[in-house]
Amino acid sequence: MQAWLISNLVAGALFAGGIALGVAVRRNRLWREATGELARRRPVALGVIALFVGVALLDSVAWVGGVEAGEDVVAVLEAQSVIDRAFLGFQEKSYSAPFASAEFYGGARLAHPGRHPLGTDILGRDVLYLTLKGARVALLIGGLTSLITIPLALLFGVSAGYFGGRIDDVVFFVMSTLASMPGLLLLIALIMAMGRSTLSVCIALAVTGWVGFCRLARGETLKLRELDYVQAARALGVSEPRIILRHILPNLMHLVVVTFVLMFSGLVLSEAILSWLGIGVDGSWGQMIDRARDELSRDPIIWWNLSAAGAALFVLLLAVNFVGDAVRDILDPRTLRENL
Amino acid sequence: MSSVLEVEGLATSFPMERGRVAVVDGVDLCLARGETLALVGESGCGKSVTALSILRLVPKPGRIEAGRVRLGGREIQGLPVTEMRRVRGREISMIFQEPQTSLNPVVRVGAQVVEAIRLHERGSREAARARALELFERVRIPDAAERLDAYPHELSGGLKQRVVIAMALAAHPKVLVADEPTTALDVTIQAQILELLRELQRELGMAILLITHDLGVVNELADRVAVMYAGRIVEAGTRAEVLGQPRHPYTQALLRSMPALAKRGERLAEIPGTVPWPGNWPAGCRFSTRCPRVMDVCRAREPEATRLSPTHTARCFAVAQELAT
Repeated sequence: MQAWLISNLVAGALFAGGIALGVAVRRNRLWREATGELARRRPVALGVIALFVGVALLDSVAWVGGVEAGEDVVAVLEAQSVIDRAFLGFQEKSYSAPFASAEFYGGARLAHPGRHPLGTDILGRDVLYLTLKGARVALLIGGLTSLITIPLALLFGVSAGYFGGRIDDVVFFVMSTLASMPGLLLLIALIMAMGRSTLSVCIALAVTGWVGFCRLARGETLKLRELDYVQAARALGVSEPRIILRHILPNLMHLVVVTFVLMFSGLVLSEAILSWLGIGVDGSWGQMIDRARDELSRDPIIWWNLSAAGAALFVLLLAVNFVGDAVRDILDPRTLRENL
Repeated sequence: MSSVLEVEGLATSFPMERGRVAVVDGVDLCLARGETLALVGESGCGKSVTALSILRLVPKPGRIEAGRVRLGGREIQGLPVTEMRRVRGREISMIFQEPQTSLNPVVRVGAQVVEAIRLHERGSREAARARALELFERVRIPDAAERLDAYPHELSGGLKQRVVIAMALAAHPKVLVADEPTTALDVTIQAQILELLRELQRELGMAILLITHDLGVVNELADRVAVMYAGRIVEAGTRAEVLGQPRHPYTQALLRSMPALAKRGERLAEIPGTVPWPGNWPAGCRFSTRCPRVMDVCRAREPEATRLSPTHTARCFAVAQELAT
């Protein structure tokens, strides 16, 4: 019973963190205006993302309930989240087309006729359920990897750019070394070395993905370091750590936000590619697409598995990219003054 | 004369193609309480590096090679870094050329002034904010209370420069180094800022080291003037001496090239050539390549400073000869 507790705590922490972030954004006028502008420009895309986030959170909140009489005990114990519970018992024996009342092959009557809006897969699992489960995996891959990547890249990039000299040499050497290896090979090697798990996929994606943003952060720090307000801070006797925290990092935040949003979609896509290679994360849309490959050659064709996963992936990434473009326009230093 | 700032033999070098070159080479300055000294020169003559060297803020790969800087009687060149940080802001403060970039764009201006205050003073955030408001009023920012919560991009250039000055004054420095404080502003605002600096100096009794290439600004504000050329001070004296009776050929040429003194319809006088790059300085007097009164000795040896009055010196063989005859 530990797993559900941890899962609930994590979900709670994420929720609280989201609210804290929201409050922090509301309190800073620059960010408040930027988010307000974003909401004005991209209400639909933001709504879509909120929907996916909501589904992912529901999928993370464990449902703790006793086993009722007549329920399949194994299924109940496996069903841990709210979403799992909602789809409990929607099991069929084999393929069913969307809204069908009989099995796709053979025509045997379904246990829940007409209750599968996206059909079922070869094992009789509801495709809508699997698709909704995929949202959590996608957000986890994108979010967790970014959470590893961005602080890492900021740490190395800012210290390399700010202090220069030997630190810069070391960071640049590491970056060049990583950048000189083929990304996909490195990714596969890392996942193989660490074993297949969600965390190891995230770490592998982070290790191969931090170089780009690190270089960006380093370059921007090099520029900021020479600016008059940093010089002025030194002339007023501000210490180096304080200059970095107060004058360098806040001026990199727009880059962080833009990079996060744009990196997110890239990461989710990378995971789909990894799944296609057979080393992705269980339950991801990439895996659904991979499984659906063979179904396309069946006759009559099984199209709903591929379509559901592909559409979910497409809609999420489209929304993220729309938001990302808008964020970049709003936070771009060159247009910052006109917008705020 | 009690001086708050004494600089002796200051030399700062930067690496060039042919090894390290002293961009500032043996500069002596002296600044009394409540006095304004203007450091004048063309671009690239080492004015700003001199100022940064005094605060020990020379950017890498520059290096201070020699010299003593005494601030309020205390030698500060050898101070440890943490001690030096305490000197900056509290005893000597600096304002920069560009008010547009001298303020952090993502922090409210009030918070930036509060930060400057709390660096050097214990006390609550509220007390610091009250002090910030007082400083804003002191630098004549209209609607000071509202402006505390403004972001830099919401202020005009002149207001930004006032905020910068307020920050520099936060810890009551004895010396204010102003690196071209009005260059980036338009003319009407320039006059206001100069007026403000003059008032603040009168009220607070601080000394100002004014770095500029604008002789008009010098005439407005300076008590004494030091003219710099190619890393050396070539002429120094009171404002009346240097601007009224310039002796060094460079100062004379500089004054002749001022549009305000030129006659209408006449071609403006200019100094032929450009300041030689550091490292390409001629042997002997550094002005010898452009000097109208150049003699053989100028190309062979560097002139020493010749004392023309208790306050007036010029570094020129021709001036020394005139004086001798």
